[in-house]
Amino acid sequence: MIREWMRIVNHQEIAEKTYLIELEGEISTLVKRPGQFVHVQISEQYFLRRPVSIADVSPVKGTITLLYKVMGDGTEALTYKQSGQSLDIVGPGGNGFPVHQQRGEQALLVGGGIGIPPLYYLAKQLTAKGVSVKSVLGYRSESDLFYVDEFQSLGEVQITTNDGSVGEQGFVTDALPPLNSIDYYYTCGPTIMLKKVKEELINVPGYISIEERMGCGIGACFACVLETSESCGKGYVRVCSDGPVFRPEEVIL
Amino acid sequence: MDLSINIPGLNLKNPVMPASGCFGFGKEFAQFYDLSELGAIIIKAATGEKRFGNPTPRVAETASGMLNAIGLQNPGVDGIIEHELPFLTPYKTPIIANVAGSTLEEYADVAAKISNGMVQALEVNISCPNVKEGGVQFGTDPELAYEVTKKVKQQTDLPVYVKLSPNVTDIVSMAKSVEQAGADGLSMINTLTGMKIDPRSRKPIIANQTGGLSGPAIKPIAIRMIHQVYKEVKLPIIGMGGIETADDIIEYLLAGASAVAVGSANFKNPAVCVDLIHQLPETLDKYGFTSVQEVIGGAHH
Ligand SMILES: Cc1cc2nc3c(=O)[nH]c(=O)nc-3n(C[C@H](O)[C@H](O)[C@H](O)COP(=O)(O)OP(=O)(O)OC[C@H]3O[C@@H](n4cnc5c(N)ncnc54)[C@H](O)[C@@H]3O)c2cc1C
Ligand SMILES: Cc1cc2nc3c(=O)[nH]c(=O)nc-3n(C[C@H](O)[C@H](O)[C@H](O)COP(=O)(O)O)c2cc1C
Ligand code: FES
Repeated sequence: MIREWMRIVNHQEIAEKTYLIELEGEISTLVKRPGQFVHVQISEQYFLRRPVSIADVSPVKGTITLLYKVMGDGTEALTYKQSGQSLDIVGPGGNGFPVHQQRGEQALLVGGGIGIPPLYYLAKQLTAKGVSVKSVLGYRSESDLFYVDEFQSLGEVQITTNDGSVGEQGFVTDALPPLNSIDYYYTCGPTIMLKKVKEELINVPGYISIEERMGCGIGACFACVLETSESCGKGYVRVCSDGPVFRPEEVIL
Repeated sequence: MDLSINIPGLNLKNPVMPASGCFGFGKEFAQFYDLSELGAIIIKAATGEKRFGNPTPRVAETASGMLNAIGLQNPGVDGIIEHELPFLTPYKTPIIANVAGSTLEEYADVAAKISNGMVQALEVNISCPNVKEGGVQFGTDPELAYEVTKKVKQQTDLPVYVKLSPNVTDIVSMAKSVEQAGADGLSMINTLTGMKIDPRSRKPIIANQTGGLSGPAIKPIAIRMIHQVYKEVKLPIIGMGGIETADDIIEYLLAGASAVAVGSANFKNPAVCVDLIHQLPETLDKYGFTSVQEVIGGAHH
C-alpha cells in the first residue's frame, strides 16, 4: 500500500449521479485482487478519506477505474475534479475476492447499487480463467443503470429495479437463478441486501464484501470492526484490512 | 539543527510521536516509513482484559476534525505484551504504553504488567470519553486523578505521564493534582466529547451517540490549556490536538509543550509524522530558532 497523487485521465457521468473516474499511477501496478479499494482524499476540506472500490485495472494504461455514486458532500465535491488534476490516494487497501475457481465452474455475482463496481473487475478475472459468470444486478431505477453492457459481455445478466422500470421489480434476491449449478457466489452491496443474500444462498459457498465507516483505512484505528461468529478466532475483524471481503459464515451482519 | 529533547525516561531524537489510538501498534505504518525515524511511539490503550469496544459506526467526520468512539478496543495487556510489542521493540524508538482501566485495580494491574522492560514510559489515560465506566471519571475529578496517579506510580519504576481530559472547567487543578501525586509528566489533550446528528435518520451518527472530537478543530483549546498549565505546573508536557503542520508543532512548543503527539492526521496522511520531522529544521530556522529546546515555553518569556 502506498500514498500517491494519481492523475485523473477520465471523469464522466455514466448514470444518474453515478460517475466513472480513471486514475493513473503506481497503485495500478499494486492491485492484487478484485474487491480491493482505494482511500480517496477529496480535498483539504474533508477530514476523512472516502473508501471506493477498484472497479477495473488497466495494466496497459497504468490506470485504475472507480465508479462512484453521489451520496453526500464528499462524493458531490469529487464530481468537480477534472481530467488533468490529481487526487491524493492511499491504496490498494484490503484483501478483496479470492479468484481460485477453476475453468468450467459457475460463479454467481450479486451486486446492489454502488456495490456493483468491484464485481466488474472480479467478473473479468473469473471469465479470464474460464469460469462462467452469471450476474444479478440490482438498481433503484432505470436512470441508475450502469455497466450493464460491460457485464453482459462477460456472461448472463439479470437486472432488478426497485420500481420495476427495467428488469424484474424487486430485490436481487427475487431474481436469483437456479442455485444447483452455482459453485461459488460473490456479493457486494448494502448490508441489508447482504443479509438477504447470505440467507438465500446459505447452502452455496461464497464471499461477501462489506461496507463500514472508516478512519485510517489501513487497520490501525479499529473504527471499522465487525463481530465474527463464535467459531472464528479473535471475535472481530477489521473491514479495511482483514476485509472488506469475508466468508459469510465468518461474520455477523 | 538540534531536534533532540530529554524528558523523564525519554531521550528523544526529535519531539514528534504518533498519539495513542491513532497508530495501532505501529505495524500498519511500517509499510510507509522506517519507524526508527520517530521521536517515540505511543501505542494503543491497554486494559486488563481484552475489550471489543463500542458498536459501529464508531467514527464521523466533522468540520476540521472527526468524532470517534472506539471504546478502547484492544487485545488486553497480556495480548499486547505477547503479540504486539515484539514487533516494535527492535526499532530504535522509545515506546510509551497507554494505560487504561475502569477501576484503580485495573490501572494498577496494567501498569505493573506492562512495566516489564519492553516500554520506556507509561501514559496513563484518565481521559477516555468513550467508555461507560472509569476513564473519564478519573480525568474529571482531581481527587480520583490523584489516586490513580499515585496507584500507578506505586506499580512501576517507569516515568509516568498522565493524559489529561479537556472535558473539565479547571484544567490547572487537574494538572496540579497529578503533579502532587508524583506524575513525571503530562500529556494533553485527549478528545473533547461531542455529537453529530444525521438529519435524514434524525439520530446521532455514532452508535455510542457521543464521541471524542479530535483534529484541527480542537487545537486552539489544547494550546490554551497547555499555556495555562505550563505557568502553574513544573512537569514537562507532551502536547497534542490537531497537529498537521510543522508550524503547529512550533505553536505547541511555544505554549509550553516539550514534545508533541500527532493523532488523527495519521489517517489523512499515513506518513505525516515523518514528513513533519523532515520539515521541522526548516520551520525552526524560518522563525529564527536553532534548536527545539529553545522554543519550549517561548510564548511565556
Ligand atoms: C470498502 C468500501 C468500498 C466502497 N466502494 C464504493 C464504490 O465503489 N462506489 C461508491 O460509490 N461507493 C463506495 N463505497 C461507499 C462510499 O465510501 C461512500 O458512499 C462515501 O464515503 C460517501 O461519502 P460522502 O462524503 O458523499 O457522504 P457523507 O455521508 O457526507 O460522508 C460522511 C462520512 O461518512 C462516511 N460514509 C458515508 N457512507 C458510507 C458508506 N456507505 N461506507 C463507508 N463510509 C461511508 C464517509 O466516508 C465520510 O467519512 C464504499 C465503501 C466501502 C467501505
Ligand atoms: C480513533 C482514535 C482513537 C483514540 N484512542 C485513544 C486511546 O486509546 N488512548 C488515548 O489516550 N487516546 C486516544 N485517542 C486520543 C488521541 O491520542 C489524541 O489525544 C487526540 O485524538 C487529539 O489529537 P489529534 O487531534 O491529533 O487527533 C484516540 C483518538 C482517535 C481519533
Ligand atoms: S478504518 Fe482504521 S482499522 Fe479500519
